[in-house]
Order: sequence, then structure tokens, then C-alpha cells
Amino acid sequence: MRRIVSVLMENQPGALSRVVGLFSQRNYNINSLTVAPTEDPTLSRLTLTTIGDDRKIEQIIKHLNKIVDVAKLVDLTEGSHIERELMLIKVKATGAQRAEVKRVADIFRGDVVDVTPTMYTIQLTGTSEKLDGFIQALQGTTILEVARTGVSGVARGEKVLSL
Amino acid sequence: MLSGGDMLIRALHDEGVDLIFGYPGGAALHIYDAIFNQDKVDHVLVRHEQAATHAADGYARSTGKPGVVLVTSGPGATNAITGIATAFMDSIPMVVISGQVTRDAIGSDAFQETDMIGVSRPVVKHSFMVQKAEDIPMIVKQAFFIATTGRPGPVVIDVPKDVTDPGETFPYEYPETVRIRSYNPPTKGHSGQIKKAVEILMGAKKPVIYSGGGVVLGDGAEFLTKLAQKLGYPVTNTLMGLGAYPATDKQFLGMLGMHGTYEANMAMHESDVILAIGARFDDRVTNSDVSKFCPDATILHVDIDPASISKTVTAHVPIVGPVAPVLKEMLEQVEASKIKQDKEALAAWWKKIDHWRERQCLAIAPGEGGIIKPQQVVEALYKATNGQAYITSDVGQHQMFAAQYYHFDLPRRWINSGGLGTMGFGLPAAMGVQLAFPDAVVACVTGEGSIQMNIQELATCKQCALPIKIVNLNNKALGMVKQWQDMQYGGRHSASTYADSLPDFVALAEAYGHKGVRIDKLSELDAKMAEAFAMKDDLVFIDVSVDPEEHVYPMAIRGGYMSEMFLSKTERT
Repeated sequence: MRRIVSVLMENQPGALSRVVGLFSQRNYNINSLTVAPTEDPTLSRLTLTTIGDDRKIEQIIKHLNKIVDVAKLVDLTEGSHIERELMLIKVKATGAQRAEVKRVADIFRGDVVDVTPTMYTIQLTGTSEKLDGFIQALQGTTILEVARTGVSGVARGEKVLSL
Repeated sequence: MLSGGDMLIRALHDEGVDLIFGYPGGAALHIYDAIFNQDKVDHVLVRHEQAATHAADGYARSTGKPGVVLVTSGPGATNAITGIATAFMDSIPMVVISGQVTRDAIGSDAFQETDMIGVSRPVVKHSFMVQKAEDIPMIVKQAFFIATTGRPGPVVIDVPKDVTDPGETFPYEYPETVRIRSYNPPTKGHSGQIKKAVEILMGAKKPVIYSGGGVVLGDGAEFLTKLAQKLGYPVTNTLMGLGAYPATDKQFLGMLGMHGTYEANMAMHESDVILAIGARFDDRVTNSDVSKFCPDATILHVDIDPASISKTVTAHVPIVGPVAPVLKEMLEQVEASKIKQDKEALAAWWKKIDHWRERQCLAIAPGEGGIIKPQQVVEALYKATNGQAYITSDVGQHQMFAAQYYHFDLPRRWINSGGLGTMGFGLPAAMGVQLAFPDAVVACVTGEGSIQMNIQELATCKQCALPIKIVNLNNKALGMVKQWQDMQYGGRHSASTYADSLPDFVALAEAYGHKGVRIDKLSELDAKMAEAFAMKDDLVFIDVSVDPEEHVYPMAIRGGYMSEMFLSKTERT
């Protein structure tokens, strides 16, 4: 099962490599990873998606917690949550395709953020599933480049991940 | 005002360190100069950095205090890795200070540069790179705090050379307290969980207490013994846990697991309640198929590391906490409990255990023509030392024989590399023990394979005048490898024999300035062993020729239940 784990950790050199190292060391998968400082510059928030059964996820959470730099973490998929990912996608847009690409982008509420006579760069935000759906919908066209940020997320409601 | 190098050594002293193990080199020279200029912290010069880490490890295991290592950058640091990994696997508190190239040279592939933080990352509890000299006191404080609390482990401090420059000085103050907001190890167990565990324990009909290295490291041996005796339940120890419960007590079943006793493994397999304390259900205990592990048992698991609980075997009652306070609370609850134990069922259980014991799985079949069995050597060692010695070991058959036949009644007396299984551990570990306890009897049980992995330390022993007794079970082959090849590879001894190229160990010991004793007849075993131990001020290399065909038994049958064992070359359960 796919899980989204959000980690609050010390914004220190080496902290990220300890987290990433844990995954390769113990043969766990990382499907996506995103990390940046929080409103408190001494803390970074790292969010990753991984796949595993309950037993594996329990181990991942426990081992992440053992890392000295890790202050707190949450498995967002345990409760209701909001997840977002941003994608920039460059698509060939010539002739009849040009209007079609624009139409599909509109349906998905994507923004065309850069234009040349032969291509569009479209920005799209949403769940990973929605981003996947958009790529699917563009199958008839030529996709030149895809840049995705990986998933970020928060729990719904009053629950917060903070110190 | 102190330089970075002076601050480092001063901070070690302020932390209570009086002995460090190391080897100098370019990037560490400022630090070595700081050592020269003071007399509070002693330095032991080893002959290879791996030995520095094992010696610090032996010091830590025997004293309970953290071991401290100082090495230079590059090869000094990488040579230390095996010892760091050994300490990591067995949760040993250790602080390793490694020299590093100057800050401006980091990343330039400078001479003797290696990314020590990166190389050591998977085998340390935590690591620090010193970015500026002013940070040294706080980093040292934090390093010791992390290494010694929670589940202990090695911590690396990587120190760029220019940070220790004697030309630059700074105000020094050692912090009295330390707090790390992201690191809060548990200090006690959950009382509700302990209560639940005690209720199940009191109602058990076929209980076993399975205790591991955590009970030794967490100083829980006294409470374990009291609890077990109060309950009247059988106790088995893991390889790492030997000595946590007195081996000569009638409630002791011996070691469990791959080379555990018949009675310990049978009792585990048939038990209805297992109290696991400071043990991690390692594959040497559970065998390879955990679905076959103790099918009828309710498992109560106490460990300071939540990640050790339900990692391989699911715990029915998990208790996260340090073993000593948890065991103490358990004992108090047991004493206050109104639950009546099922005396009848327990008597039947003990009867069954006594029946298993009658099998005498550790009885030694004497060899033919006066050939010495390796087990007999450990028995002779036990006699010669009255069972009171500190015993270190290397890795292989001799390690298992020592664990099976030297009956440890006290914790911290049995010092071996259980998790990583590091050959070459025994002699340097014995150095650390002997330096910590100069008047104690320290013996290293080894084999001719393992001892050659750190044989150069005979020189360190000479320099420090360490009267260690090396008991070499010389079977002229890599015995455990050969045993597996006999049992699983049709007796094809691939790369496991070298009889024609073995050194004369007695002559070798003498070349290093030590004493040597050779024993090759059973009739002289006890006398010569006693003679060797009578040389109290000398390191004596006792080279004993043992039966090369001997195997370690019992031995778990791979993929089977705990009740399935080979009991000799011809018998199995």
C-alpha cells in the first residue's frame, strides 16, 4: 500500500543523507521525496512516499524515529489528509495538436506557463493520481519533458506536525 | 584559552575519559600533540586501527563506560570501520574521533581524504563533523550523551585538521548538561503494559525467560535474577546475554539458538509464555523461518529500542523501556500480585525440562589416542581460572565452545562479537579489558584463523605489559567454515584449510617477547593450562592442538522448528 510519511527533522548537514541512507540500507523503497526548511529555519520538513505492508511501514516509521536528527514524523495516509504535487510538463504543440493540448490542460486546470511556436510548458498541481491522469490524457501528443516535485502533504483538520 | 586540539582532549577528560586507543597520522597530529602536552588522558598505541576500536569495545563491554578511539583520516578512518560496525551491531557505547583533511581541502580528493561521515553512516548511531573549533565542547558532550543513552552505539566525530590548529585558541567551557530536542530515549516502561505482562507471566504453565545482551548492557542482571528466582521460571540466555543469569544456577537452561542446548531450544519451542528481555529475536535464535518459531507462545517483549520489537517475531505485549527499571517494576508487581501461580503445571514443566536435560547434549565424547577435544580445552580453562576470568573470543567454533562450556556467573565477563561476527576481535578486546582491570585474569579464546587477523597486537600487549592469556584452539583449519562444508557441501573444503602454512605460534609469541606454551596431549592439558595461568605477569600464548574433525553441536536444522537439531554427527531430533 502507498504511504505518505512526513518527517520534521533538524536542518543540519547530513540529516537528509541519514534518512535516504536508511531506505537503501534496509531495502525499503522511496517513490518520491521532497524536502525544504519550514517556518522555523532550524527545522526541515521532508515528505516521502513509499510502498509496503503494515509491518514494513511500522519498521520504516520506527527506524526513521531512531535517527537522531528526526524530531517528529507522521504517516499521513493513516488519517484523512491533503496531498499535492506540482508538475511542469513540456509538450509539443503544433497544428491541430496545439488547440487540443490547451483544451486538455484547461480540463485539468493546468496553466500554460511558457509558450514557443512549437510547444507549451504546462504547470499542474494536484494529487499524484491527477498528475498521472494528465500524462495519460496527453498520450496522443509528444511529451518532451516532465519535472515533478514529489508529494507534499498535511493532515486534514486541527492535527499539526510541529514541535 | 585553548586550541581546538587541546579542547578536544580536555573535553574528553571533563567527560570522565582517562584512556583512549588510537594510531596517529597527518590529520590527527595536532590532536596527538595536545595529548603529549597533558597527563590526564592516557593513550594506548595499537598496531592497526581496527584493533583500537575492538580494544575500546572490550573496555566498554567490561566496564560499562564508553570506549574512546582516535584515528587519523583516510586509511586510519576506514580501518576503524570494522570495529565501529562490530560495536554498532552489539549496541556498544563508543566515541570515535577521526582526523580529517583541512576544511578547505574537503572534497578535493586530498591526500588521505575519505568521507568518514559517509563511509561510517550505516554503522554509527550518529556522527558529527566539526565545522568550527568553538563547537568542540558541545559536540563532545552530545556525542557521549548519544553513545551512552537509549540503545547505546558508536558515535563518530570527524575533525578537520585546521580546526585543531595550535595557533588559534578559544575560550573553553565544558557544558554541564545537554539536551537534544530530537533525541529523547525512554527512561521507563509503560506501567500498564508491565501489568499486562505480569498477569500473563503469573498465569503461565510452560514459561521461559529469554534474555539477551540488553540485560548485560542495561545493567539488569541483578533484577533479572531476582525476578526469575521469585517466579521460579527457567532462564535461557542468548550468546550476547551470557552472564546476565548465573550459568551454574539450577534454573539456567544454557544458551539458546543455533548452537544452544537441547533443553533451552526444546523449552522455547514448547513454551506457552516467553518473556524476552533485551533480546532481538535474531536469526541465530529464531532460525530462518519465523513462522515456525515457538508456535504456542504468548510473547512478552521488553526492549529499549522500539524498532527491535515486532521486527521479526510479533510481540503480544510490547514494553519499550530500559531493562533495569522495567525488570524492577515487574519484580515489584510480581511480589504484590494476588494471582496464584499454577504450581502443578509448573512442576510438570520442570519435570519435562529435567527429562530434556537427561539427554546431556553437551557431554563430550573423548577422542581416540589422547587427541584433545576443543571442548575439553574450555573445560580446562574454566578449571584453571575458577570460572572467574574475563573471557574474550574471536569468531568460529572456538567461540561457540567457549559460550557452551565456560559457565558465566557474572555479567560483562563474556566479551564476543555476536552480531557482526568479527574475526580478529578477541585479542584487541582482551587488551581493552586488561587495561580496564589490570589485576583481573583475562583470557582470549581464539582459533588459529581468527588470531591471525589481528596478531600484530602482540606488540601492543608487549608495550603495555598486558598479561593476557591467549588460548588458541588450533585445529589447523577454518573450523566453522569447514563444519558447514562437511554438513552442506559434501565435505568439499573450499579455501578453509592451510595446515602446511601455519606459523609456529609459540615461536611467534616469543619473537614478540612473550611466553608460549604448546599443548598437544590430553594428559598434559590441565597441568600445562595451570602452568600458563601461573605466569601472572606474562602474556602467554597457549597453543593447543585440537581434534580437527570436531563439530559444534547441538546445531539447529536450517528452516526447521527450534526443536529440530543435530545433536552429533549421527544423531538428530
